[in-house]
Amino acid sequence: MGDLVYDLSEVTKSYGAREVCHVARLEVRRGVILGIMGPSGAGKSTLLRMLNFLEAPTSGAIVFNGHAVEGGTTIPLEERRKVTTVFQDPVMLSSTVASNVAYGLRLRRQRDAHDRVESMLDLVGLLPMARARASTLSRGEAQRVALARALIIEPEVLLLDEPTANLDPYNVGLIEGLVTSVNRERGTTIVLVTHNVFQTRRVAQEVALIVDGRVVEVGNTADVFSDPRDPRTGAFIRGEMVY
Amino acid sequence: MEALRLIVTGDSAIFQVVLLTLQVSGLGLLLSAAIGIPAGVSLAFRRFWGRRATIVLLYTGMGFPPVVVGLFVFLMASSSGPLGWLGWLYTPKAMVAAQVIIAFPVIAVLTMAAILGVNPNLRRQVLSLGATNAQATMAVLREARVGVLVAVIGGFASIISEVGAVMMVGGNVKGFTQVLTTAILQLTRMGVFDVAVALGLILLAMAFLVNLALLALQGKRLTE
Repeated sequence: MGDLVYDLSEVTKSYGAREVCHVARLEVRRGVILGIMGPSGAGKSTLLRMLNFLEAPTSGAIVFNGHAVEGGTTIPLEERRKVTTVFQDPVMLSSTVASNVAYGLRLRRQRDAHDRVESMLDLVGLLPMARARASTLSRGEAQRVALARALIIEPEVLLLDEPTANLDPYNVGLIEGLVTSVNRERGTTIVLVTHNVFQTRRVAQEVALIVDGRVVEVGNTADVFSDPRDPRTGAFIRGEMVY
Repeated sequence: MEALRLIVTGDSAIFQVVLLTLQVSGLGLLLSAAIGIPAGVSLAFRRFWGRRATIVLLYTGMGFPPVVVGLFVFLMASSSGPLGWLGWLYTPKAMVAAQVIIAFPVIAVLTMAAILGVNPNLRRQVLSLGATNAQATMAVLREARVGVLVAVIGGFASIISEVGAVMMVGGNVKGFTQVLTTAILQLTRMGVFDVAVALGLILLAMAFLVNLALLALQGKRLTE
């Protein structure tokens, strides 16, 4: 239990009468990269929003670092601030690139952020654009700023929601490289939601497949890809229609 | 020419009317914004029973004829009305109350529209970065600041140009409740056109300067 960041049991999320996510059991071990695969509309992003405490589960319990979120309880702010998400479509504040990166530090009233912002922008290769308006960035650049903005607060858990969807191979490679190095060097737990099986195989150490809102298989990436237990996993990996 | 002379020489009677106009409209705008902006924020973010009806009422409020508002405040503040004990009728307080009723729906509705125009994912994004609900609301308001200031400008426009309601509840008492619009109306009826024109020019200049100041508050956004 001690090395678990998340422990989910019988977690459901419904909108009206429609249940979009039902996770009977899911454990996320500290320090791993967990890839969550599944077809579009499977409930992956909903699960990610619940893991970031942006949406409360309709039923069931999410235990994060020993704090249980269930039955309308909320997580303490200091615990919620240990988790952050990079979304598929990065939303930039209408200010400079540097100001966007520093935003999380300002929320935490951390002063003297200048050096940290510069070093983070250097990491994502955007230091020359520090003073540019964020609205002028290309999509790939904006996603790198979003990643820098998330990493600068040194989260315990980094949630990535299709972070490289529709990006060019250069930006995909750069983001994947950053994600794996942050996991290796800082021990950051990463949950990567994607429908890209190749990316999951390249980046994730453990993998889960969600179909129709339910986790149908979880395991070590190599094992799941070489010997899937559930026929839907095998079909998804082969690129067949899975519903 | 007489109008310009009156302005340049700083006629004390004109100064008094201008000062009261600034006081009544300034306080009216301040109170309208203090009620209207939070109301707009709440309507944009929260889903509650009666929200739709409230929005429809506010939209209707944007088109309230000022004389109807004046009549309402008059009936409330008259000695036989429920608020008659306050003794506000024919005082600047009743004029401010009427202006707040006129301007706050404008500010609330336009603030709500400005916030709804912000990328809906922004709030989720900043919450994800560790913002509290209050910090997330401030972030969204900051993004919507051009629209919110337009809402305040709209509220100011509805107040500064208003004549019917303040005439009814203030009584246009010279030196006590007479403001620029009511003075212009009275002077025109009396045929004192030079002073009426001077007051009209001052009213236009005031509206121009206040709007200029509010636009300056918007910062660089309009030119981006």
